[in-house]
Amino acid sequence: MSAVLVIAGFALRESLRRRVFVVVALLTVAFLVLYGLGVWQIAGEVDEIGGVNGVQGDVVAASTLLGLAMFAILFLGAILAVFLTLGAVRGDAERGLLQPLLVRPISRATFLLGRYAAAASVCVAYVILVFLGAVLITRGFIDWWPDRVVVPALALGAAVAVLAALALAGSVLLSSTANGIAVFMLFGAGLTAGLLGQIAEALSSHTLAHVSRVTCWVLPFEALYQSALNGITADTFGFTRFAIDLGPFGGAQAFGPLLWPYAALYVAAVGAGALWAFRRRDL
Amino acid sequence: MPDALAVTDLRKRYGATEALKGVDLTVRAGELVGLLGPNGAGKSTLVKIACGLVRPTSGSVALGGAIGYLAELFRFPDWLSADELLVLHQKLARSAGGVEERRRLLDLVGLGEVADRRVGAMSKGMQQRLGIAQAMIGEPKLLLLDEPTSALDPAGRRTVRELLERLRERGVAVLLNSHLLSEIELVCDRVAIIAHGELVAAGSPAELSHAGGVEVTTGRGVRVFAQATREDVPRIVRELVGAGEDVYEVRVLRSSLEDTYLEVVGGR
Repeated sequence: MSAVLVIAGFALRESLRRRVFVVVALLTVAFLVLYGLGVWQIAGEVDEIGGVNGVQGDVVAASTLLGLAMFAILFLGAILAVFLTLGAVRGDAERGLLQPLLVRPISRATFLLGRYAAAASVCVAYVILVFLGAVLITRGFIDWWPDRVVVPALALGAAVAVLAALALAGSVLLSSTANGIAVFMLFGAGLTAGLLGQIAEALSSHTLAHVSRVTCWVLPFEALYQSALNGITADTFGFTRFAIDLGPFGGAQAFGPLLWPYAALYVAAVGAGALWAFRRRDL
Repeated sequence: MPDALAVTDLRKRYGATEALKGVDLTVRAGELVGLLGPNGAGKSTLVKIACGLVRPTSGSVALGGAIGYLAELFRFPDWLSADELLVLHQKLARSAGGVEERRRLLDLVGLGEVADRRVGAMSKGMQQRLGIAQAMIGEPKLLLLDEPTSALDPAGRRTVRELLERLRERGVAVLLNSHLLSEIELVCDRVAIIAHGELVAAGSPAELSHAGGVEVTTGRGVRVFAQATREDVPRIVRELVGAGEDVYEVRVLRSSLEDTYLEVVGGR
């Protein structure tokens, strides 16, 4: 176990030295400032318009804005996950960085676990903190709290943990560039599945809804993101709910309590596959 | 005492290419064995299999204890200092040597004065010496060094040679993969030559540098007795003197390790 921590600490220090965290922190501050400006502007307009025909304008505006922020947070989390794991195995092996570490000897499972622990812990903490920041900013300008806070925060965290597992597994098989492209294509596929779900909702298409749902289970980071989105307005009903569902972040599905153990098994399966491939890789 | 390394019928296939075709090799405790062979002969593959970095297709590798390894194409994180790199490897190797071990190893490879210098600010030669120091963390029983002097200047090579001799005195076995025959001839107890994935010759440098005849300078000129050995010299001199010739000089000819190497790998 101590070797896992040594590898995890080494990976984190490497990220610090390479200023990955500085870049991400600057991007995050820029994002939160822009988000705050956007919420401030829209809050003024919501105050002027007020509620219309039983629709609570502030709830619709705030939940839609927070939904937008959650999408951006997941995207930033995905970037962080990809950059922390991008060349962890094949890239480092090709540069000759990996071999001296593995000969110590540490097992390949230990190495993968250490790299995953570093990437996942940073990414999960990052998205949870930024999500909570976005919630506070939203609350600062619009008098609204999400219906759920903890579960959506954890779901977003779990979504980037899944992405980190996929990126690390990809690093065993693919070069750094190819792995980055592959993970972002998967991310895009998940996003498309979510959009399909919204279109299915608007058109009442069972086929599209089925395709969307199956894709979300295949790429559970999207299912977790949708669950998080669903959670922030879980107790909102009536015309306000209807208005939220018409928006770009409405219609998010809840995937039920089985999603959590499924996501954990999914990460374990991706990890097992990565380890199987890593053990067969000559360095 | 168990062998530091025992390789038995080791085979490795990369697709249609057979990199190792059943190699047997033993490195005894405290022995310094040189591994020679042309590019692509399978030397690095053999070393990497011994380290666990490459999976053999068949055959076995038995190690007598902890190993240290310096790859031919290695790289260390350029943001670490020499001392920090050794700390990292101490943690991974669970070495309890602490600062004392790090200082001793850095002094041993001549980097004691630059312990705080970042790897990225070091010359290739300094990095290679640092690589040797990291390979020695945890007092391994066997060091596997793949071209450890390729980036070193003559003074650096001498330092490494002296270091290898000190290791031998301390009972550390070394498998040294190098293209520098002269270096191997100088420091190794035994030499193994690999060509086309097969062990084609093995023995001490003296055994491999076999006799190559006797050259006698007489009053009538230089005469070479091609099949003669050192033991034949008294008889040859007696016969020449008996035949009325004046003998001025006798030289026992030996083929160098280089000659033997070129002979067995088909270089001439």
